[in-house]
Amino acid sequence: MSRKQRRMLSRILIAAACTGLLAVLKVEGWPRLACFLAVYLLIGYDIILKAFKGIRNGRVFDENFLMTLATFGAFALAIYERSGDYLEAIAVMLFYQIGEFFQSYAVGRSRQSISELMDIRPDYANIEKEGKIVRTDPEEVGIGTEIIVMPGERVPIDGTVIEGCSTLNTAALTGESQPREINPGEEIVSGCINMTGELRVRTTKEFGESTVSKILELVEDSASHKAASEDFIAKFARVYTPIVCYSALALALIPALVRLITGMPPQWDIWIYRALVFLVISCPCALVVSIPLTFFAGIGGASREGILVKGANLMEVLSKVKTVVMDKTGTLTLGVFEVNGIHDHEDDENRNEEERAYLIEIAALAECSSSHPISKSLRKAYCKEIDHSRVKDIREISGEGVTAVIDGKAVAVGNEKLMRERGIEPCHCHSAGTIIHMAIDGKYAGHIVMGDVEKPHSEEAIHALKEAGINSTVMLTGDAEPVAEQVASRLHIDRVYSELMPADKVRIVEELLENQQDKSKLAFVGDGINDAPVLMRADIGIAMGAMGSDAAIEAADIVLMDDDPLKIPKAIRIARYTLGIVWQNIIFAIGIKVACLVLGALGIANMWLAIFADVGVLILCVLNSIRAMHVKRQ
Amino acid sequence: MKKTYKIEVDCANCANLVEEAVNKVDGVKEAVISFMTQKMKIEFEEGADCDKVMEDVLRTAKKVESDFEIL
Repeated sequence: MSRKQRRMLSRILIAAACTGLLAVLKVEGWPRLACFLAVYLLIGYDIILKAFKGIRNGRVFDENFLMTLATFGAFALAIYERSGDYLEAIAVMLFYQIGEFFQSYAVGRSRQSISELMDIRPDYANIEKEGKIVRTDPEEVGIGTEIIVMPGERVPIDGTVIEGCSTLNTAALTGESQPREINPGEEIVSGCINMTGELRVRTTKEFGESTVSKILELVEDSASHKAASEDFIAKFARVYTPIVCYSALALALIPALVRLITGMPPQWDIWIYRALVFLVISCPCALVVSIPLTFFAGIGGASREGILVKGANLMEVLSKVKTVVMDKTGTLTLGVFEVNGIHDHEDDENRNEEERAYLIEIAALAECSSSHPISKSLRKAYCKEIDHSRVKDIREISGEGVTAVIDGKAVAVGNEKLMRERGIEPCHCHSAGTIIHMAIDGKYAGHIVMGDVEKPHSEEAIHALKEAGINSTVMLTGDAEPVAEQVASRLHIDRVYSELMPADKVRIVEELLENQQDKSKLAFVGDGINDAPVLMRADIGIAMGAMGSDAAIEAADIVLMDDDPLKIPKAIRIARYTLGIVWQNIIFAIGIKVACLVLGALGIANMWLAIFADVGVLILCVLNSIRAMHVKRQ
Repeated sequence: MKKTYKIEVDCANCANLVEEAVNKVDGVKEAVISFMTQKMKIEFEEGADCDKVMEDVLRTAKKVESDFEIL
């Protein structure tokens, strides 16, 4: 609790005790009024002061003014009626202050707990100076400095590990609880927690450019992009208060005047009391506080899951997404090739284990010096150390393949063209994937089918998207049609566009955008490396696996910190959940207020109900908002 | 030029009103107040004297909401 809040709390307690005492003690006449006025001033002096300041600065209609007017009115009525019933006036002020106190306490607390969720700011960096380890402000550490990260400490700055092995907890960045191993020579990202061993890291960025700073900046900025429903409420509050004040004035005057004209007793006191009840009910605080709080809680909850949303407005757009367009490589597939089949010269699966192993061995040996992704994947499939002494005369023919002499035999490994140029008729393979034909000693030996590996959760993610009510899922890829079709049908993707150049992707997204039904939105998911233009063109651009990639963080609206496609439906779910709570609050608060306003005008609601409509609704809305922080894990 | 200030503001509606008022101060190109993070981001006009503008900003803000503080 802040000092301000503690002072407020003691004022509330003293005033409540005095009010209780006065209600029991039988003080009559003027001394009674004096006592009640003293308590009233104790609890409400700041509100009255603010109301007068507001009037002096030309800002008449605010909640301080409403409360001052209502309580002054209640006092005036009690004096006029000689009832000595000053309790209501004090109760209104007291409960108003309790409500304000609760609001500032609850908002403060939830703000703190949300900020703690996102608290990944490292406080210091360890630098070795003359054999001693010194703690330094990370902002003062230059590029290329050697820093030491002890077990249990947060990595303060991006860099490369030069010494030590350890495991890293990346949960704060990715929401992934699986620890990650790190070894010398590997890149290390700031914000991770070093778990087991001491690491020496050479920094490659300044603190301000490091991942952790970028993320913090992004999250802190996100709260300042206002959602349309937030703007709506701000505007609503601006017109609402004057309307309520004039209505209250009308309620106080018109019925009484009408009665006066028609010859009935005017009942001024009744109508003025109703107008005062009306004023107390009308305070718009519940809406004005709970809506930004809900968005903030939703953004906080999402970032705990490794989903960074750049603004409250994007939460709103994301909740309306009906079409999800995805890039294939890097998003749905790992971008790593795997041997899918080994076929003989009649395009049938070769069942002979020895021959299979031999073909892989020859292919891996022939490709031993190439850096092409396929070559790397072949070497990985081979699983053994490559004996370079067996390979001679390697010639790489760009766009065709490799020829070499292995164990004294002439070998050619590559595509159909490479075969034909050597007078060998290759067998045309009908499988989808990248085909590697092989010839040994001038004779066709068979071919290996390589395919891109799907991510383990891709199918589940597409299924979850459909369950979340996404109308169409679209896949874009630069790969050949059979490969694209095969992946799409395995993952149950609705539509596929294949053999695309990067510029074609923008064109297709534009076409899809035009065909969107009025209010539904389109999201594009990519790995953010070469699809920045598409990310920007879509209604919402989602970048994946962005840990450490600045370009993606810049271009995208939503950043998924790791590359698990299941985060896509999860992000949509969180957005919908948050928006659901926003609307619950809007409808609940306005509904109760309108109902109470009507009851107040009819004279059914008294001051106590009015206090509930103001303070009670506020408290319920704030508590409801905080739920947005906790979306159920699957 | 952009600067971020830590602020203290008690209610969300006040934050909205202060933001609106501060945006009209001379030398301020754009001001954004976030109630949730208790921060005010101000983008100054080219060549404006930040300290001087900030005096005006604080005075304007205080007029709208007397509890407003820049820390």
